[in-house]
Amino acid sequence: MSRIRLLVGTKKGAFILSADGTRKQWEVSGPHFAGWEMYHLKGSPLNPNRIYASQTSGWFGQLIQRSDDGGKTWEAVGNEFAYQGLVGTHKWYDGTQHPWEFKRVWHLEPSLTDPETVYAGAEDAALFKSTDGGKTWAELSGLRSAKGHLWQPGAGGMGLHTILLDPTRPDRIYVAISAAGVFRSDDAGQTWKPINRGLKSPYELPDPDAEVGHCVHRIALHPSRPDVLFMQKHWDIMRSDNAGDSWNEVSGNLPSDFGFPIDVHAHEPNTTYVVPIKSDSEHFPPDGKLRVYRSRTGGHEWEPLTHGLPQQDCYVNILRDAMAVDSLEPCGVYFGTTGGQVYGSADGGDSWMPIVRDLPAVLSVEAQTLP
Amino acid sequence: MIRVVIPYHLRNLARVEGEVEIEVPPPITLHRVLDALEARYPVLRGTLRDHGTLKRRPFIRFFACKEDLSLDSPDTPLPQAIASGGEPLLVVGAMAGG
Repeated sequence: MSRIRLLVGTKKGAFILSADGTRKQWEVSGPHFAGWEMYHLKGSPLNPNRIYASQTSGWFGQLIQRSDDGGKTWEAVGNEFAYQGLVGTHKWYDGTQHPWEFKRVWHLEPSLTDPETVYAGAEDAALFKSTDGGKTWAELSGLRSAKGHLWQPGAGGMGLHTILLDPTRPDRIYVAISAAGVFRSDDAGQTWKPINRGLKSPYELPDPDAEVGHCVHRIALHPSRPDVLFMQKHWDIMRSDNAGDSWNEVSGNLPSDFGFPIDVHAHEPNTTYVVPIKSDSEHFPPDGKLRVYRSRTGGHEWEPLTHGLPQQDCYVNILRDAMAVDSLEPCGVYFGTTGGQVYGSADGGDSWMPIVRDLPAVLSVEAQTLP
Repeated sequence: MIRVVIPYHLRNLARVEGEVEIEVPPPITLHRVLDALEARYPVLRGTLRDHGTLKRRPFIRFFACKEDLSLDSPDTPLPQAIASGGEPLLVVGAMAGG
């Protein structure tokens, strides 16, 4: 029977949650790297026991850890992230220019074709690549040439938080950055172009239709249909049917179209999940009710999923990297909260149960479906 | 032998307990002690000072003999008590309590 392994990054360590395919009884392992901020952990799709982890601290900086036995043991690999060429400046909160400074790795994306290759999304926003299992890193600096001087940090920093690899076109990479927008490379990361046409940010930018500067919180795709992208923007749920060349709003009947994560069902490319948050000023669910919303129509029409989730007095947030799906049938859906709960659904979101309730604030959740 | 005390999280990272003792050829300076420390425990590279510039990370402090040496030049000779192994060099994470 298949097994599920959840890789959970929190403000104070990493946890690994494991269950058999019924997804009813869970074992908890951790904390790994207790006391450290574990921004993200992700396994190689080719070798699921090869897991990369971003370990970071305001005191001691950035480390990258690697496991080759599914998270039982770890080895620190390379942590030198040097911007290439002229470092330059980006826009600061007050509109002035500010030098690029490496702070941390927000997201790790293992290659779809080589377990030794992995991408790292950094704050201040940049994309790094390793082809030796994380030992050394080189910046794909063409990204910052895509009007980097006009990028600006969001409230949480100027992080490159999403990296999507197109399974049908090995040279196509999408990244998303707060607050710069979405960018696409069609030559394996050498050159990039902003793909933000259709995004509107009237409350955040002087030009609501600017080419860059939009606060994109997350993008997602289904591997069977990689030209269709879904986006949770600061405000608005957006969809592109042409690999990001243009976007249309699909927020529809959501109670709020502010939020952070967005994900796609493993077997239904048109089924999408979001977690509405009240506003950018109040980072908790509307009315104190924790509701995942599911669209089976690729947007516009959304249904609340509440069974098993707290429907009163709930004031947690769900961060952008803290939602994941497994590939079992029915599809499992998981998300972690800033209150330390990790909720799981073994039926595509129809019902939920807390897997753990009292972890540190959850920064990221990834699901691995193991044979 | 030079005695060095590193913070809890870095002891875990380096998989050591208690003080670290390292051989450092004279002259005994902070720069040379950190070089030797990082050579012995490569996992500490980048955690105390920047990889490229070797500049101290902002929240790292160096104490010795009841003095804060953090702002001294890293090429300044350390006190004799450190060089002789009588006192440990303390590597400290800047205070951030409540």
